[in-house]
Amino acid sequence: MNKIYSHPKSLRDISTHYCPGCGHGIAHRLIAEIVDELDIREKVIAIAPVGCAVLAYDYWDFDCSEAAHGRALAVATAIKRVRPQNIVFTYQGDGDLAAIGANETIHAANRGENLTVIFINNAVYGMTGGQMAPTTLLGQKTATTPRGRVASLEGYPLKISEMLAILPGAKYIERVSLHSPQEIIKTKRAIKEAFTNQINNIGFSMVEILSPCPTYWGLSPKEALDWVKNVMIKEFPLGRIK
Amino acid sequence: MAEGAIQAGCRFYAGYPITPQNEIPAYMSSRMPEVNGIFIQAESELAAINMVFGASAAGERALTSSSSPGISLKQEGISYIAGAELPAVIINIMRGSPGLGNIGPSQSDYFQATRGGGQGDYRTIVLAPASVQEAYDLMPVAFDLADKYRTPVMILGDGLLGQMMEPVLAHSSELMAHRKKVIAKPWALTGAKGRTANIIRSLYLGEGVLEKLNVTLQKKYKTIQEKEARFEGLFLDDAKIIIVAYGTMARVAKGAITRLRAKGKKVDLIRPITLWPFPDKAFSRKMSPKTKYLVLEMSYGQMLEDVKLSLCGSKSQIEFIGRAGGGVPTEEEVINKINKL
Repeated sequence: MNKIYSHPKSLRDISTHYCPGCGHGIAHRLIAEIVDELDIREKVIAIAPVGCAVLAYDYWDFDCSEAAHGRALAVATAIKRVRPQNIVFTYQGDGDLAAIGANETIHAANRGENLTVIFINNAVYGMTGGQMAPTTLLGQKTATTPRGRVASLEGYPLKISEMLAILPGAKYIERVSLHSPQEIIKTKRAIKEAFTNQINNIGFSMVEILSPCPTYWGLSPKEALDWVKNVMIKEFPLGRIK
Repeated sequence: MAEGAIQAGCRFYAGYPITPQNEIPAYMSSRMPEVNGIFIQAESELAAINMVFGASAAGERALTSSSSPGISLKQEGISYIAGAELPAVIINIMRGSPGLGNIGPSQSDYFQATRGGGQGDYRTIVLAPASVQEAYDLMPVAFDLADKYRTPVMILGDGLLGQMMEPVLAHSSELMAHRKKVIAKPWALTGAKGRTANIIRSLYLGEGVLEKLNVTLQKKYKTIQEKEARFEGLFLDDAKIIIVAYGTMARVAKGAITRLRAKGKKVDLIRPITLWPFPDKAFSRKMSPKTKYLVLEMSYGQMLEDVKLSLCGSKSQIEFIGRAGGGVPTEEEVINKINKL
């Protein structure tokens, strides 16, 4: 009998601090599975963000570094340049990657750094209590948009993946989602491609993952998945962007 | 300084343009590729210091340089480097401040450099060269100290030092061979092959864990204070007046001392080379309480506070000359002041 499903070696066997229904646990696991499948655990160096996934290094069982808020791609750039033989990836939320770290994101992509970027878009700042993120939808209520996001005051949901796609240095950008098992399978395929690209020296690869945050969306885990499917995807269409 | 860093085994440089230190990145951009090193012109000061964080985490000897406003932007990153116990070297060629200020020479970042600058109870070793030769010579010292204590080291120079040209005696190749023996870094991120995973972090949420890190850091800083203070001083026993000055101001002081001694004035100099740890032992010799001190700065009484702390309990008279914003106290000002003491 073949064992077809087991705990990834690259994921420590401990409970996470994530809320019920949060997408981070799934994303962490997918990455760990791919690291195992590509047999790169001894080469991988991850950069954990500031945000809910700040403790990601407690869950993955490979080399990790923290980075100051927004600076993951600066840290990753240097690590990859110093150690091109290693596989370096960042794991960042929407605030980290598209607000305080937008400059680092644009310039790392524009330099064509041979890095893998896992971008978790859940349309809020989770760690700090559910404030408006650059990707918060119009009308979405958050701790700092109590009447819903208004374009005239707070601007529009930032589509950083589409913005990066115009840069010649960005080689692969895809938006995926965690709202159903089928989509999770597609997400895994996209993450694998982003890692494989780095192994093959193709260059800057980013996967944007729409991820549920039931706690700060004020929804049940099931409702949160439906909200991704029925609302969020309309603003952030899935599929390969570049 | 840039060549000194290369000779010290530095193979990573990231920086952002700002006057008066642009010669460093320009030199690094041509020199680094020759030694298989890495040069990156970063998109910001924030990116540059965090690239240094990353390069250091990966085990490389890493350097950034900037000038006052740029160094302010780097402070968060320097705090992270201190908290994560990473070695790094940061050059600050100070310019006139506050704000955008000007590009004149200044020593106004003394407090920022010696007191930490970023968030938290950390210290940065601060080396203050007074000549181009010394700036070159201190680079290997800076990298060695950074590696030894896993802590950020700052080279603090002023715009005059940054812009002057002087001949430099290069290090011998034997010395450089020694430098190649860089301290082993088993903590570095190299991939978890044949060992447990390494984690570089400064976040500790568990109860009491962060306090433990702080206690460890404080112990380290105490050792540095005991072992690493450096200064230059002639300590002629007959000195009636001692000038305290660092960097370019020490050269102004030396000029004044030569002229005053030619006229029979018994004047001496204490030149701190490490600003942190401050060489307070230089002041603890059994001086006569009649010995007077003159502190000389291109700032308004920043190092003066450390001199006062070092002389705490002594009844010695402490005088001060300070200018900033591009103003440089002259030999004449020093001589006039001393003649009145």
